[in-house]
Amino acid sequence: MTARATKAPRGAQRSGRYEPYSYFQLMEVSLRELLVEKGVVSEDAIAGAMAAMRARGPERGAAMVARAWLDPTYKSRMLANGSAAAEELGFEVPGLRLIVMENTPSTHNVIVCTLCSCYPRMLLGLPPEWYKSRPYRSRVVREPRKVLAEFGLKVPSKVAIRVHDSNADMRYMVLPMRPAGTDGWNEPQLAGLVTRDCLIGVAVPRLPASRGSPKPAKALKSPKFRNPRKS
Amino acid sequence: MTTSTGPLFRIGDRVRVRKAAPLGHVRTPYYIRGHAGVVERICGAFPNPEELAQQRDGLPAQPLYRVRFRQREVWPGYRGSPNDVIELEIFQHWIET
Repeated sequence: MTARATKAPRGAQRSGRYEPYSYFQLMEVSLRELLVEKGVVSEDAIAGAMAAMRARGPERGAAMVARAWLDPTYKSRMLANGSAAAEELGFEVPGLRLIVMENTPSTHNVIVCTLCSCYPRMLLGLPPEWYKSRPYRSRVVREPRKVLAEFGLKVPSKVAIRVHDSNADMRYMVLPMRPAGTDGWNEPQLAGLVTRDCLIGVAVPRLPASRGSPKPAKALKSPKFRNPRKS
Repeated sequence: MTTSTGPLFRIGDRVRVRKAAPLGHVRTPYYIRGHAGVVERICGAFPNPEELAQQRDGLPAQPLYRVRFRQREVWPGYRGSPNDVIELEIFQHWIET
């Protein structure tokens, strides 16, 4: 074993100060170095897999939503079998059992994993830090309206909230409602409205114009897109 | 441990989660144990995670249900719509028979 507790691990200096390895970090480094030493995997392969994982954003999930908004038959297939619908668009999701939950005028869906941080990474990329945090995981199940309000999403009391705890083998994604004022938009334009947070259910897609005072309809013809990774 | 691999419950059945506290790796959160809900869908059958965590094969696979619970029945003093629900995946061996 060549792991040294003096080497700062990834992410350990988030606050800018030195922190020693935790028990599990040390175990991970030790195992990784052993696997490399014994030739089971290479450092390059590990670095490549990590880079690919980091580079992945929510674009695939957003593309599925945009397709569902434009094609009702695709939407039906997606709600019946989320994994098959992902593969239909060419996204490989080996082992993923995806359930897509549709927002309606009477129901809003929000996803959590109270036990750890289960998340459809193949479609949405890495989960945000808050998704893995204890406050989100413990609070969104028992006071979802308050938590959503803290995200800036006020859900009217006449709209029921469905919280989905992905506590076992399924993974979840929200199909948000298509915002008004997007008639005639094409698939990439629509996908640009669908942020990661919309797919988790802590936000809903909004037109850039609707964030402030309403703008004239003609402004909608050349929408500016928010960077989906930014939120 | 149930030995049957077939699903004993159907969509719409009211079921109650066992109130138990076994040691080890368990995928049934504490907060839902002892509560009753309605089967929303049947997800298929999966190896028992409690057995997998002990390096065993987890077979026979356990039917896995999505069960819908009313928030007001789960959390005392829940604030929100009476229609608010929480849904979890519950393995068959965690359902009272």
